[in-house]
Amino acid sequence: MGGSIAAIGMGLAVIGAGIGIGNIGAKAMEAIARQPEAVGDIRSNMILMAALVEGAALIAIVVSFLVA
Amino acid sequence: MSIKTLFTLVFLFFGGLLLAGSGDQHDHGHDGHDHDTHEAHEDHSGGHELSCEHASFGHHGKFDAGATAFHHISDANVYSIGPLQIPLPCILYNNRDGALHMFLSSEFGFDNLGHGDGHYAFNGYVLDGGTVRMIADPEFPMDKTEIKGIIHDDENNAYVCVGDRMYGTYAKSTADFGLFGGGITPFYDFSITKNVVSMIIVFLFMLWMFLKIAKAYKLREGQAPKGLQSFIEPIFVFIQDEVCKPFLGDKYLRYQPFIMTLFFFILGLNLFGQIPFLGGSNVTGNLAFTAVLAIFAFFVTNLSGNKHYWEHIFWMPGVPAWVKTILTPVEVLGVFIKPLTLMLRLFANITAGHMVIIIFVSLIFIFSQNGDSMVGGLGTVIPSGLLSLFMMSIELLVAFIQAFVFAILTASYIGAAIEDHHHEAAH
Repeated sequence: MGGSIAAIGMGLAVIGAGIGIGNIGAKAMEAIARQPEAVGDIRSNMILMAALVEGAALIAIVVSFLVA
Repeated sequence: MSIKTLFTLVFLFFGGLLLAGSGDQHDHGHDGHDHDTHEAHEDHSGGHELSCEHASFGHHGKFDAGATAFHHISDANVYSIGPLQIPLPCILYNNRDGALHMFLSSEFGFDNLGHGDGHYAFNGYVLDGGTVRMIADPEFPMDKTEIKGIIHDDENNAYVCVGDRMYGTYAKSTADFGLFGGGITPFYDFSITKNVVSMIIVFLFMLWMFLKIAKAYKLREGQAPKGLQSFIEPIFVFIQDEVCKPFLGDKYLRYQPFIMTLFFFILGLNLFGQIPFLGGSNVTGNLAFTAVLAIFAFFVTNLSGNKHYWEHIFWMPGVPAWVKTILTPVEVLGVFIKPLTLMLRLFANITAGHMVIIIFVSLIFIFSQNGDSMVGGLGTVIPSGLLSLFMMSIELLVAFIQAFVFAILTASYIGAAIEDHHHEAAH
């Protein structure tokens, strides 16, 4: 039972990160469409931001691994 | 779709799951009855009581996809190329009587085409699924002893059977904080394991490649790059222009070797782990390995931190005093959380990739009920192969992205630590 609850928690964490990374991707695409010449800067900042959002989700996933 | 609608959908979904839960359990109970006749010979040892009566080597019981995945992503004391098992040196230190043992893992007498289960105990150690475990009982004979089998309980503890006697074992010795059933045990495993061998292979390959390229730049000065040189140059220049120069400022040349080493070593290991049937070693998906990289990043960042960096951590300028009391603990925690997330991100991404591929391959064994159903097995081979191929191509992308993310984040942490204080006006 503990494992199933941990799995649900893992899924919830991933939903949060998914919304966050989705927003980052959407805004980055918008920004690139507005200013195609800044594509290099936008891309590396997008990956950096996505990595930071992902970090929070990863901590949640590891915690749910540990309690499972 | 607005976020509100999304949340409503999520709650509806989980509500539905909870309602469906009771019906599901009933179905499982029914299934269990159908299989009872099939597994009767296993059940008669009685409930959860383990016994050595039926211990043997080879496959028995139900196929466990989760256990298979964990077996394949964990480090091992044998190197496997396809089904072929190659022995590796074992260096084991026994904390109980302070003995250091060095021997080849072939002393355990595992099958050359098998799963790395040793048929012998040696110096009080056994080889269980490719990994060394120590027998807990100090009375166990130290010389080479034939064992009848190794059995596991639900908690993943292993028991060694000699005759009808059962001996408990300690968990395997790993530095992954016990996340995958290991931990700090009464014995330390310093062996040249599968991961170490992969690391040495990648290290030697990188050394050869970069020395060759460096020589090419000297020999062909002023000419267009050629061969391997023209393959690596765009990648190198990309990291230099996208990572080192924007984040590290004028002093980027001082830190560029570190960032480049991180990037190419992680990339090389990621790609080496992707090669099917060649060990499939999961080095960058090993917490101990990523922890060491993160510790390097931590020390490089904090040892090169200037006055402004430490001032921003301990006494953030330009904010009211009561905010500082909240901000300082958060910033101090941040110093440690940054390398922690570096470690976890790489580990989780690579491990997840390896696991998904193994689970897709496992579908064949799940649908064929471990070889009983020919139709299920043959029907799943093609879909599962296609799914694995799809995952592997995504993992190729992930291998590059994760190496890039590790490099860019390390560079940004170092960049924040060495930044000159030129934004006074902003406060």
